[in-house]
Amino acid sequence: MRRRLPLVLCFVAGVAMLAQYFVPSLESLYENALIWGRVIGSFAMLLGMLSLWRVHQSKIQRKTANWPYSVITLVALVFMIAAGILTKGKYLVPAAGAKGLTHVLSKIFDFDAIFMNIQIPIQATMFSLLAFYIASAAFRAFKARTFEATLLLVAAAIVMLGRVPIGAYIPNIPLGFLHLDINVQTLTAWILEVPNTAAKRGIMIGVGLGMVSTCLKIVLGIERTYLGGGD
Amino acid sequence: MLDRPSSFLFLFLSLTSFVCLSLSGLSNAQEASVSTLSVLTPPPAPVTGVVAYDTADDAGGSISLKWNLSPDDAKGAVNLMEYRVLRAESPDGPFKVVKSVPKGTAGADDTKDVKSGIPYYYVVAAAGVSSETRSETVGPIVSSAQILNLGRLNTLILTVIFIGMLLFFIVKARRGKDLFIRRISGLDALDEAVGRATEMGRPILYVPGLSTLADVATIASINILSGVARKVAEYETRLIMPNFDPVVMTVAQEVVREGYMAAGKPDAYREQDVFYVTSDQFAYVAAVDGIMVRDRPATNLYMGMFYAESLILAETGAMTGAIQIAGTDAVAQLPFFIAACDYTLIGEELYAASAYLSRAPLLLGSLKSQDWMKIIVACCIVIGIVALFFGQPFFRDIFDTPLLFFR
Repeated sequence: MRRRLPLVLCFVAGVAMLAQYFVPSLESLYENALIWGRVIGSFAMLLGMLSLWRVHQSKIQRKTANWPYSVITLVALVFMIAAGILTKGKYLVPAAGAKGLTHVLSKIFDFDAIFMNIQIPIQATMFSLLAFYIASAAFRAFKARTFEATLLLVAAAIVMLGRVPIGAYIPNIPLGFLHLDINVQTLTAWILEVPNTAAKRGIMIGVGLGMVSTCLKIVLGIERTYLGGGD
Repeated sequence: MLDRPSSFLFLFLSLTSFVCLSLSGLSNAQEASVSTLSVLTPPPAPVTGVVAYDTADDAGGSISLKWNLSPDDAKGAVNLMEYRVLRAESPDGPFKVVKSVPKGTAGADDTKDVKSGIPYYYVVAAAGVSSETRSETVGPIVSSAQILNLGRLNTLILTVIFIGMLLFFIVKARRGKDLFIRRISGLDALDEAVGRATEMGRPILYVPGLSTLADVATIASINILSGVARKVAEYETRLIMPNFDPVVMTVAQEVVREGYMAAGKPDAYREQDVFYVTSDQFAYVAAVDGIMVRDRPATNLYMGMFYAESLILAETGAMTGAIQIAGTDAVAQLPFFIAACDYTLIGEELYAASAYLSRAPLLLGSLKSQDWMKIIVACCIVIGIVALFFGQPFFRDIFDTPLLFFR
């Protein structure tokens, strides 16, 4: 029963979602399923926060390495929850002439200001690492050790030159017998529009079929590893 | 030539109008021009060829209309402002406006309180500044629900074919037929990767991606996690799994616990090793990078859906000297993983992983059906290209245009 009930539920839900795609009268099933998903996700967020709290509380209690970071994590969690509840996620404008506790609280728990002035810059900082990591990954990966690596190196060099302004100053290569003038921009466009797009489409066709197959296996109960423990 | 009284009357009326306009304080030039226009512009010409019909492929409650644009619907024309759709339940009215669309629009869908089974009559009015010209009444039209969305008939046929092939190959596999599957080096390396972590006494980091369980890639990742958890339990190596989504976390905790129980070591399972971090993209990346730098896992497994953070994860892992195996169906992130990781599962190899690792006949049979479906798709592409080359678009139209002859 413990394993059969989830399989039955999965089958019924899967068939219902498949049916709603083809039967117009059943389209409301999908909208209701989305609402259910959001409700379940909200409750699951509570479980997530509990997990986060227990992990960091354990680190603080056992004074493991770097335990002060756990203190900061938990303090930040509590603080932002309080700020969100007090301000309802909006900028809390104190009433004109407000003094005392209300005024102080509105300044401290300024949810919007904390988000814009702390979280956004931190996110931008992490994102900016990408530029440096691209350079380091290129330095490690673009080495002509095999044929494929050489091909990757040549294609990457052409595309990089074609995408920067200096590429426009590289002179054309006339191919009179083909009545063509090849330049870096033309080659870049061809690489991106022809072999790159063809490869992406091939991968996407395979991915699409793989997705459908995986979903059918789950709906039909053939794939059960998500229940834990396989068959 | 007007007689004297008529001339006097005309002059009187004109002067009176002029004085009234001046005294009314019409300083707004637009108001003045609009009111002038309302006097001077003729009513717009009506639309023609109005056709109303039950909206196709819906659950009822909608009626669609099409018409030929009014001859006055030209660029710069000022006597036509919009089109109004009016509806009544009898041909004699009363007609009420149910929808207004801007000029230049030759159709509209009426979805306002349309009840299935009730006949409606429609009139389309070309509306000017202060007048409108109505078309002829069309009707009665009855809205009804269609049983099947014929616009998706192509998809239904292909889905039925795919399900049929899936069941055929599953039955074939159940009969003991040996099904060949090519080597996937990334999956073969999993054993080696887990063994390396065990020998070095360092943990394994498993990242299930930055998506929810609604994403099939995440489900595929959980399928792989099941096999990894069993191996990890056998070798008694620590598995660290930070999660982006709390629902994924709860499923992952259950899968890993079952893996330890299947290996006969339920006491070795540590729930705090499968934990939730945050649902913010770069905060999650920062947390995972911190785990990599502090805990120094010997093996990093990235399986699931990834976005712009993929290279940040992979490069940080490469800098710590870990062996890295990645698998994603995000086409845009594959190049980053290929450049930075030791092994990469490309696209559908991620979905094939559970069948490859378990070698279960039912799952291998499903892989065969995928391959045959790919062959069918490839053949259709070739046939379509050849047909178009010879100027015959019929084959492309089968997939491009809904099967209208069923309507």
